[in-house]
This record gives sequence, structure tokens and C-alpha cells, in this order.
Amino acid sequence: MTPDLQCIDLTKRFGDTTAVSDVSFSVPPGSFFSILGPSGCGKTTIMRMIAGFLAPTSGDILIKGKSVLDVAPNRRPVNMVFQHLALFPMMNVADNIGYGLRRAGLPKRDITRKVGEVLERIGLPEIGRRRVDELSGGQKQRVAIARCMVLEPDVLLLDEPLGALDLKLRERMKIELKALQADFDTTFVYITHDQSEALVMSDQIAVMNQGRFEQMGTARDLYYRPETPFVAGFVGDSNRWSGRIERSDGGVLELRTEIGLLIRGTAQGRALGGGQSADIFVRPEAIRLSRKETELTSLDNHLKGHVTSLLFNAAASRVLVRDEGSAGEIEVALPQSGEFDDLAKGDVVHIGWSGEQANCFAAGAE
Amino acid sequence: MRDGTRLGFILLLTPLLLWLSLLIIIPHIDMFLVSLRERVGVGKYEISPANYLTFLQEPLYLWTFMRTAVMSVLATLITLIVGFPVAYYIAKMAKGRIQSLLFLLCLVPFWVSELVRTFGWMILLRETGVISSLLQYLGLIHGPVEMLYNDAAIMIGLVYTSMLFMVVPLISTLGSLDDAVIEAGYDLGGSGPSILWEIIIPHAMPGIVSGCIVVFMLSLGNYLTPTMLGGKDSLWFTELIYSQFIVRFNWELGAAFGFVLLILSSFIVWATLRLTGQTLEKTMG
Repeated sequence: MTPDLQCIDLTKRFGDTTAVSDVSFSVPPGSFFSILGPSGCGKTTIMRMIAGFLAPTSGDILIKGKSVLDVAPNRRPVNMVFQHLALFPMMNVADNIGYGLRRAGLPKRDITRKVGEVLERIGLPEIGRRRVDELSGGQKQRVAIARCMVLEPDVLLLDEPLGALDLKLRERMKIELKALQADFDTTFVYITHDQSEALVMSDQIAVMNQGRFEQMGTARDLYYRPETPFVAGFVGDSNRWSGRIERSDGGVLELRTEIGLLIRGTAQGRALGGGQSADIFVRPEAIRLSRKETELTSLDNHLKGHVTSLLFNAAASRVLVRDEGSAGEIEVALPQSGEFDDLAKGDVVHIGWSGEQANCFAAGAE
Repeated sequence: MRDGTRLGFILLLTPLLLWLSLLIIIPHIDMFLVSLRERVGVGKYEISPANYLTFLQEPLYLWTFMRTAVMSVLATLITLIVGFPVAYYIAKMAKGRIQSLLFLLCLVPFWVSELVRTFGWMILLRETGVISSLLQYLGLIHGPVEMLYNDAAIMIGLVYTSMLFMVVPLISTLGSLDDAVIEAGYDLGGSGPSILWEIIIPHAMPGIVSGCIVVFMLSLGNYLTPTMLGGKDSLWFTELIYSQFIVRFNWELGAAFGFVLLILSSFIVWATLRLTGQTLEKTMG
């Protein structure tokens, strides 16, 4: 099946700076593809090249197998939901949605019918005559999507559209966006710096950094099997130590950190030998917390320490544990199953994690 | 505390009230009373609409009045057509230093007085002026050409004088239009003209209307430019008012002329607001 969108060796330079460097990817029909990266990584540049507002320095963009480089933005079969939505404040909701249809020269009756249908689909059938500034944040969001979807584009581009919403509404819109995508059965390309938006909604995610794709895969791939230290650090939280590898035996490594902590870890098949300097990443939620040492003896790494700080944040609560041997601080997720409700600063605890959960990368690979 | 704020409020309001009452309300009431006087003998006056009837019955007055109104509307439209692209370029296309520089260039002509500016145009346009000499030098014309003292010269002068007052409100309304809205228009299939017509102009409407009102008022009430650039056939209504007051010493008729002009400008401003669906608060706010 031809992918809906394909980018081949896409590069964009502004003067001396390279904003996007040799990016290639393809998005199969009907899927939700996200580009995740910190601000300034070049994701908006990619989006604007696909939409046609920027011309790539080199490389090609194909939509349904055809190059669109020579096609002006107003003729491309892609539409874009802008960061601040960019609804037309001088028109009411129905005229906003009908704008593209009017420009396409459809008869008035068809426009009215199609606008009615799409309003029905986004669950706001009564708002056609309302002014844009009378809508709530979530309604504006849906109108902006409807305004694009009524044109039945091959690809819908979304440029951080949830950024301006408050937290609760953002959580709801994530689910709603995913449902709308399934309902319209259109390919969505979504860019964001918010990992939870990307992880929740996407079929495929590309993590981008400094103009390059670091890794492309499903949300689980990125979280469980990061391929680069950047992805390991950017997707989810991590404890990170730098050190030197003391022993390498098959897949199992032993790394001595700069502060003297010995950690057993894995390189997930990457070539790492003894004596090499390396970075090791352990997720706070992969670390077991216990009051008794015996519960953790089966794990590859276990140590004793005391609680230096409790960072309570509901489900995302953390405990900072200072290791007795090396005095290094380790961030550990606080299990919310009840047994640690009375944990206090200064308490002695045991922590442990398996070597499988300690991901090791050669230093300087970032 | 309450008395203190009230006193502050009164003190702040006083200059405005003084200005309004001393310079606008009282003179206008007095003018209106003067315009209703008819001189029946030496030092003897009666209240009558005679001055207004004179205005209506004398073709030259009526004709000059209509001409001034039509020319002012025309000057306003030309200023809008010339000023809009300039304002759009400054507000949307130019960036950073270039933007401030261009804005400054619009302002520069206003550093010299209107009189000097108008003399500038006379130097360019007169029979022995720069343009005429240049055309002769190039061999395009044989013998000097007079470009002053006609309606076109007045129009050039009026547009030039009013330009800034059109460009400034346009820049501020166009500047408030999010670039993404224009891009969204292109993205949804809009072409240049349709985006201009459906998105940019409706957004800029308050600026267009406020610029037009100011330019129209300035043109209608302009005395210097029409007098200096227009000839004997290019009468402006303000010249008639001047001659009644100063030359003929007929204050009664002059005051009536002034009032007719005030009614005309108020009517046209009201009609423009009604036609464009704007309110005074929106355009001046």
C-alpha cells in the first residue's frame, strides 16, 4: 500500500544553520504519526515544509506517492491545524468551516449540507451561527479540525494544537482527538513537545533532536527500548549516571559511576567493551522500593539508603534515596499501593532493580 | 479616600472640559447664533434663516460645496488605495529595523510644516519647475508645461498630506492580524485576492474606517493645499468661508457656511459607519 505521506532525505538550511537534516519517514494510510521533540528541534520546520509554506533545501515530499514540491500550499491535499488554531475571527463557525469549500467553488447547497454533516460529526450541531470568540477552548479545537476535515485532505497536520488548553481539558482532548482520527479515518501527523500527548495518541512516534530523527517506533518501543541516550532521557524520566565499564560479559555489563556506585546493566545489543566510558539510565518506576532487604536479593542491583526527600505529586510521586555507600542520590517512584503512605524523611529503605532495566549507552553518543 | 479620588477625577477632567467648552462648544454655539442673524439696518439684526437661503440659492456656493465634498471623498479613496499596500508591507512583510525605518520614512515629511511641504510640490509642478524642466531636457516636450492650478494638483497635495493619517491606523490593525490566520487561508485553498477580500480587509475594517474618517475630515477642512495648488477654477469650500469672514467681512454668511460644512462632515461620517457596520467606539478605540 502506498503510504499517505512520505519524506525522503528532507533537509532544510537557513543560512548556516541546518534546521532539518536528512529526515526520512513514511506514514501509512489512516495512522496517527507524531513527531516529538524539544522546542527548536526542527519539527515545526518539517510541518511547514509538508504544508508548503517552506521549500526544502533538498529531498522530496510525496503525498499518496506523488511529489508535491511543485504544488502551492493552497493546492496541496494536506491541511493544517495551527498552534493557535487560526480560526477566522471575522466569520461565524459555519463560514469558517465552509471557507475551503467556497474556495473550491462548491454550490451553496452542498456547502451547507457538508458543513452541517461535519458539525454533527464533531458533536456540535447547533453552533453554526455562533461567533468564533463565543466558543470554549475545546469547541474551538474541534471547529479547527472540522474546518480541515470537511475538505477531506489526504493528510491532516496538527501543530501542537493542545498547547493553549488547561490540563484537564488537554487530557480530555487527547482521547477525543484519537477518537476523531479513528472516526474520520484520515492520516494525522501531529507535532508536539509534550511526550504524554505523543505517547497516548500515536501509532508511530518519531523522536527528533537537533534536526534529526533519533528513533522511530511505537510508544512502547521508545519507552522500553530507547536506542539513543537522548531518547532514553527525553521519553519518560530517568536516573542518569556517567561512568566507566568495568566488566562486559555477553549482554551483562558492570559500570562504576563517577561517584563510585557499581551498577549492573545491559547494552541491548550495542557494542560496549570494558574500559569504555558510558552513560546508564534507570527509570524511577523501574526501581523497587522496600523496607526489608530480603525482598530484593533476587535483583541484580540492590542497595541500602535513607530517604532525603519526598516529592509528592499524586500518581507521579517520587522519593529521593541517598545511597549509604556512595552518597549518590537516586530518584525512585513511590508506589501508591498503601504500604509506603507513612514513609518519612530519614527512613532507611532498600532499593533494587534488575539489570534489564538499566540501559547503557556509550558516552558522547548524544 | 473617596473624596480624594473624586477630587483627582475632577482635576484630571478639568483640562478636557475647559478645552471642550472654551474651544469647541461655546464658539460653535456663538457661530450658530451668528449664522441665524440677518442684518436689516446699520447695527440692527433679526433672527432669520436668510444666510442659509443665500447658500442654497447661489449656484457658485452650492457647486463649490458639492465639489469639495466629492473631491474629499475621492482624495480619501485614493489615499486608502495608495496607503493600504504601504501599510500592509510595513505591518506584515517588513521585519525589525526595516519596519521601523519605513515607518519613520512615512513620518519624515511631517517634520516640516504643511506650508513648506506644499511649496515643495509647487517647486516640482510649476511651469519652470523640476518636472517641466526635466521633460524639456529629455526632449519629451517642447516648451514649458504648467502642472499647477488644477484639480489633479490639489488631489496630489491632499493625498500626500493625508497619507500618514491613513497609514498609521492601518498598520496597527494589520499588525494585530495573526500571520497564521493568513496562512490558514492559503492552507484551506484560498488564493491571494480571496484572502485579501475575505480575511485581511474584514479584519482591517476598523482601521480602514478610522483612517478614512480622519483623512476625509482633513481634506474637507483643508485650506492651505487647495489655495496654493488649486487655481481660480479650483475653488475649495474653506476658501469661501475665509473670504466671507476676512475679505467680505460678512460673518453671518461665513458662520452659516461653517455650519453647513459641519453638517456635511457629520453626515458623511455617520453614513460611512452605517454602511460599513462599524461603530465609533470600535474604530477610535
